[in-house]
Amino acid sequence: MVVLRGICGTVRRTGLPQGFSDGKGVEDMEKKTPLYETHVKYGGKIVPFAGYLLPVQYKGGVIAEHMAVRTGCGLFDVSHMGEILCTGPDAAENLNRLLTNDFIGMYDGQARYSPMCNERGGIEDDLIVYKLEEDRYFIVVNACNKDKDFAWMKDHARGNAEFQDISGQVGQLALQGPLAKKILLEATDGGRLPTAYYSASVGCTVGGVPCMISRTGYTGEDGYELYMEADRAAELWEILMEAGKEDGLVPCGLGARDTLRLEAAMPLYGHEMDEGVTPLEAGLSAFVKMEKEDFIGKEALLAAGAPGRRRVGLKVTGRGIIREECPLFDGETQVGVTTSGTHAPYLKYPVAMALVDREHGTEGQLLTALVRGRKIEAQVVPLPFYKRKK
Amino acid sequence: MNYPEELFYSASHEWVKTEGDCVWIGITDFAQDALGDLVYVNLPEVGDEVTAGEVFADVESVKAVSDIYSPVTGTVAEINEDLLDAPETINQSPYEAWFVKIEGVTDQEELLSAGQYRAMAEEQAGGV
Repeated sequence: MVVLRGICGTVRRTGLPQGFSDGKGVEDMEKKTPLYETHVKYGGKIVPFAGYLLPVQYKGGVIAEHMAVRTGCGLFDVSHMGEILCTGPDAAENLNRLLTNDFIGMYDGQARYSPMCNERGGIEDDLIVYKLEEDRYFIVVNACNKDKDFAWMKDHARGNAEFQDISGQVGQLALQGPLAKKILLEATDGGRLPTAYYSASVGCTVGGVPCMISRTGYTGEDGYELYMEADRAAELWEILMEAGKEDGLVPCGLGARDTLRLEAAMPLYGHEMDEGVTPLEAGLSAFVKMEKEDFIGKEALLAAGAPGRRRVGLKVTGRGIIREECPLFDGETQVGVTTSGTHAPYLKYPVAMALVDREHGTEGQLLTALVRGRKIEAQVVPLPFYKRKK
Repeated sequence: MNYPEELFYSASHEWVKTEGDCVWIGITDFAQDALGDLVYVNLPEVGDEVTAGEVFADVESVKAVSDIYSPVTGTVAEINEDLLDAPETINQSPYEAWFVKIEGVTDQEELLSAGQYRAMAEEQAGGV
């Protein structure tokens, strides 16, 4: 399997995961990740998400899973994420023009987060790019945007660079929490764990399964994301569950993934950002390198100047939970709309994120959300809501 | 899943306990399991009128808000204030975690026996 060269270390058989099969009626059906049977076995409550059948939670429930990641360790199947390989002598230049972050001068194994903008400066997707080696980059994109992203990249490719969608062949697990390092060390029998945040080790083996291990995550905790061939994902899941047995490793579903990222104030595509929201509005200016000569969307971002609205955090001070798409008022004036909201299990109070007109989102300010016809008061607070102690 | 024989059930997953002229309403084991961890409950006030088949309360799990329907028409005589501070008791013991006590019942929906409700719930669970 040539496309996986450099990711899993060895070249092995292909084997598509279940549900990708031979196309009969596949368009109408939710796909299964290679771990579907494993989720059922572990008591996962299966729901459709971004075209895949995935567990929203297991038997212990969202709160227990959330707390396990904050205080111990949790294991997630994130095989639904898309993976695109970008190769060729002009690969880095292409990424630099497609994406807002800077991809020149990365070391092998380094990872970088970036928005990908359209010409209007709106966010097409947010993604992570790994430099595997010279002229070879591995891009991880949101499941819901996978096909769109791949088409966009191919349409905008220039010079000698090739994009390949290898999503069907790659499995991804996330091992997250303060005990993640201990558990992964126990299971790793080849290669070294990455030490720097946002770096990856290629050519590792965990319980004999070749994988790439990355020190990244979407929970606000220390942890790792592991990429392996799709048809070995279930095997690796069992190896990690076994290695984490004594440390109380808990399988976690999409519910906890969402509450964890929200508590850590990490933006989610389709909520805090979409094609009509710029990275500057979404609070992602650190990942937009305006000093770069050119990238898609730069002109529009320059022309727009300082963004008129921005992403803020809200702590609910009234009674109830403020969820997404609730209008926000300062007195009688609507000043914004919420983009995500939930009960934050670790903090033990409800929080929300919102896009708010710049002059109204000052820290400490009280705003009112209209939730199903009911007014709930919330205070603008600094982000993130939760930050782990180093 | 547990469905006590002495209770009656609505198709929208509330349980009803009748004692003399009083009716207690809560949500079933099936409902709490389907909703997941509950973190917030919104109850009516004592003295409010409730109507059979209409929303009288809502519960919020980590993931979503869900309306709770009254199986009877009557007046709220008492609310279970303990639930406001400890909504997780609905997950832990759904048949003890009553939401409201209703008096002056003038109408009620067609209710199911434990056996009928179990059959319906199992069919719904199987259909997921």
